Amino acid sequence: MAGGPEIERLVLLLAKLPGLGPRSARRVALFLLKRRAQVLEPLAAAMADAAAKVRPCSRCGNLDTVDPCQLCRDDRRDGAILCVVADVADLWAMERSGAFLGRYHVLGGVLSALDGVRPDDLAIGRLVDRVGAEGISEVVLALNATVDGQTTAHYVAERLEPTGVRVSRLAHGVPVGGELDYLDEGTLAAALKARR
Amino acid sequence: MEWAEDAFVLVARRLGEADAVASVLTRGHGRCAGLVRGGAGRRQGPVLQPGNRIAARWRARLDDQLGTLVVELVRGHAARLMGDPDRLAALVSAVAVLEAALPEREPHPRAFDGLDALLQRLEGDAAWGAAYVRWEVDLLAELGFGLDLSRCAVTGAEEGLVWVSPRTGRAVSEAAGAPYAGRLLRLPAFVLADGPAAPADLADGLRLSGHFLEGHVFAATGRGGAPAARGRLVDRIARLATMGGGDRPPAPPDIRES
Repeated sequence: MAGGPEIERLVLLLAKLPGLGPRSARRVALFLLKRRAQVLEPLAAAMADAAAKVRPCSRCGNLDTVDPCQLCRDDRRDGAILCVVADVADLWAMERSGAFLGRYHVLGGVLSALDGVRPDDLAIGRLVDRVGAEGISEVVLALNATVDGQTTAHYVAERLEPTGVRVSRLAHGVPVGGELDYLDEGTLAAALKARR
Repeated sequence: MEWAEDAFVLVARRLGEADAVASVLTRGHGRCAGLVRGGAGRRQGPVLQPGNRIAARWRARLDDQLGTLVVELVRGHAARLMGDPDRLAALVSAVAVLEAALPEREPHPRAFDGLDALLQRLEGDAAWGAAYVRWEVDLLAELGFGLDLSRCAVTGAEEGLVWVSPRTGRAVSEAAGAPYAGRLLRLPAFVLADGPAAPADLADGLRLSGHFLEGHVFAATGRGGAPAARGRLVDRIARLATMGGGDRPPAPPDIRES
């Protein structure tokens, strides 16, 4: 590349980001280099800061600069209700909704025969320990409505059975703004089953 | 090159941000893979769940290319079975077994018809467990490793068949097999005649079909034995056996909607 090895390395690393290929990585690199003071330097500092300080929470698996994370430390949250999510992105989605005021547990993925993800690869044992140790009264399974997600939900529910904790899951059905005519039959059947 | 026909989704692997490579089972073209543009997106993701019946259109410039698949949902089997952990385990096992056992682009119409029938029975038949085991036995036959369960390999008797030789796959009657009982595989009655099965019989049936699938089919693929999904189904059936469950009508969801 004409600009030297530093720019080439920057482009190579940018191309590893989701949604970016080599061509778009070059455009992003050029954008950053042209806006050194406004974007590149603050971004580099923010990334260095995040790399140095952000860690997974030892209790719930969320990402934060403090351990336990701020969600686990928040006394206003209901410590008796635990929401189980597959990934930190799902936790953030739940938080964006503002509808859940309990605590979280991040599994770190879902069971997948195709990708070779087994129960031991997920934080299921730690979840069972938490339910026993923290006096949890209800576990909400907020896992994807996919075959892998629901297989994981059933597995987690079975693992929690001996603890006697109440296990619930998110309802499947018509999304807000969704038109019935465009919904697949499986979603409609699930929505009918969960009618109230 | 182009074809269009109904297919069942076996697996879909994410490719990049939005696309997926799906492996589907068709009646006329066997197990085929293709790139589904937008297959990992919000619209196509639910369509590409394992077990779903889809209308598929495959197209490629040359026959040996991966090709692209355009898919449309015909019947969402996956969504209908998600609420029942045992039937969902059977669905996941069935598609994983087919993905591991079938060669690519080799027509196996009986495998397609068998999966179609199995999925319909999983949706509503009380004897789904027995149907699953018989489906595996039929799949063995389709792949050229059929069991000979018509008469006893020793005496020729057609009644009282309760064993199968693990070496030849031929049935053995109770009297002739008694001295070798420890070395023979049990042949549950439901494999010979349609009907519901007790959990212990289901476990025996899975052991029977699993023995020949492992020895003749999965070993030949060189991908390290039976798929993990089948192992999970075997574990579930064993668990049912200890709880006294087995073939039963669809249960209401065991976990509440919140």
